[in-house]
Amino acid sequence: MTRARGRRLPAARAYGVAAAFLVAATLVSALVGAADLNPLDTVTALLHLPSGLSPLDRSVLFQIRLPRIVLGALVGALLSVAGAGYQGVFRNPLVDSGMLGASAGAGLGATLAIVYLAGLGPAAVPVAAFTGSLAGVAIAYLSGAVASGAPGSGTTTLLLAGVAVGLFLTAVQTYLLQRSTQDLQQVYSWLLGSLSGATWQQAAEIGPYSVVSVAVVLLHGRHLDVLSVGDEEASALGLHPARTRLIVVAACALAAASAVAVSGLIGFVGIVVPHVVRRLAGSSYRLVLPLSLLSGGGFLVLADTLARTVVSPAELPIGVVTALVGSPVFVWILRSTHVVRT
Amino acid sequence: MSAITIDDLSVDLDGVEVLRGVSCAVPAGGWLALIGPNGAGKTTLLRAVAGLLPYRGTIGVNDTDLGALRGRGRARLIAYLPQIPVLPPDMTVRDYVLLGRTPYLGYLSTPGRSDRAKADEASERLDVTRFAGRRLGSLSGGERQRVRLARALAQEPRVLLLDEPANDLDIGHQQQVLELVDDLRRTRGVTVVSTLHDLTQAGQYGGHLVLLAEGRVEASGAPAAVLTQDLIARVYAARVTVSPGPVVTPVREQPKQH
Repeated sequence: MTRARGRRLPAARAYGVAAAFLVAATLVSALVGAADLNPLDTVTALLHLPSGLSPLDRSVLFQIRLPRIVLGALVGALLSVAGAGYQGVFRNPLVDSGMLGASAGAGLGATLAIVYLAGLGPAAVPVAAFTGSLAGVAIAYLSGAVASGAPGSGTTTLLLAGVAVGLFLTAVQTYLLQRSTQDLQQVYSWLLGSLSGATWQQAAEIGPYSVVSVAVVLLHGRHLDVLSVGDEEASALGLHPARTRLIVVAACALAAASAVAVSGLIGFVGIVVPHVVRRLAGSSYRLVLPLSLLSGGGFLVLADTLARTVVSPAELPIGVVTALVGSPVFVWILRSTHVVRT
Repeated sequence: MSAITIDDLSVDLDGVEVLRGVSCAVPAGGWLALIGPNGAGKTTLLRAVAGLLPYRGTIGVNDTDLGALRGRGRARLIAYLPQIPVLPPDMTVRDYVLLGRTPYLGYLSTPGRSDRAKADEASERLDVTRFAGRRLGSLSGGERQRVRLARALAQEPRVLLLDEPANDLDIGHQQQVLELVDDLRRTRGVTVVSTLHDLTQAGQYGGHLVLLAEGRVEASGAPAAVLTQDLIARVYAARVTVSPGPVVTPVREQPKQH
């Protein structure tokens, strides 16, 4: 038997730790890179105080690094909140933001745009990925509803329907790719995820969707706690499980689609971040959701810092970094918060 | 005044009629024990009264038609504890008991001071306060039932629906849990409807028994009227003797040989 007793942080301290992590990640990311920025001047510039940064350094900071940090934090926060929300809806900590056809739909959408809509320029890819991601979840949800006989009931049926829809969409995508191998490189570099070339505009474009989706998920934290006692008892407590599930799934799908549109497919974040948060702060979604928001942002900013520095001047795909660096850290945290009893 | 009046209730599950024309009533503050063989429809009856199943016929709770009650309104009147609960292993006892306040919270509101006070009072009442910080996954069977009852009590229901509340407990903890329920019934006037598979216990705690068989009411009334040797032999296909109490004792045709 395992337990993590006596290691739970009180809520206020947990918020402090998560916020400090995000700030620290932001500072590290702002300071590290090809252009050598003076730390003190960078901090004063970030705080909008008179700073000794040269105009060139200022533009590196405000037009290259900062938009990338903000976009990374946004994407990490969205993926983590979406992952945690799905985990609550399905009562399963292994569900990720990309499941339910979201990643496969986004992949197919992006592939279609790259293969057939090249004439529309690069702007078509994020729109197609966003649409594909939402469509994937919608198809999975409807298939699950048809299969289980009632919308929103049967979490296992819904998850399996998501797997089936995902495999189907991936098969279509693979077929398309096989027919147009000249696009392979471009599609794969999108699939592996990247924040290179991040702009303020991208952050602004997904901003409204992010705010709405995150707000809806966060407002349902208490409902997810009620849902954790099972549909039957949740109904007996006055909750409407199917309706709650539909609302949270829709909001999580919107959050994940927003993230995918600007970053490509970044796995792992939506599982790891909520899991670590639960280890440290307990299982209530009223805490897990906002803490995942903060620490997910910090996690992805750090991962992206590694992605653009480790093999500099080249870049690693961030999806590779989150998996390579995240998994050992994940195992270490699992171990250090468990007291194994026999 | 009857707390619950069930009239000509029928329930279909997957096209099979699981309950047929069931009628019975429980006075306010009474304890109705549902007995009957496996598959007789006891749990289905509880779930129908909990508002979890579509049904034909009428179920009246405190002179209100159950069909007219929705979600939270119904949950303020009726608490339901299924036989096999889903207990999130990492949730603390304190958070779990607080879930009982759900029917009183607005859609976007969170538990306030008075909700916490009511949950604390329920925990105190069932003596679970001393392990309020523990995870549900670490509780013993007896502790678990007490915590579930505390959650139900925090719900401040008028009716408590219990599916096999003594299941999986040793005889001492069975008595402890059933006494706690009876105490809530007497001191708070809560009406109890429970299934109980131990017939002697059903007679000891239930003031009124309803014997279900194949979805119909086979017999109902005071324990002594329902727990008869003939009726039990016929409905359960069981060999028993019934001594005054009534105490139902299983008997073997062949004496034990060693």
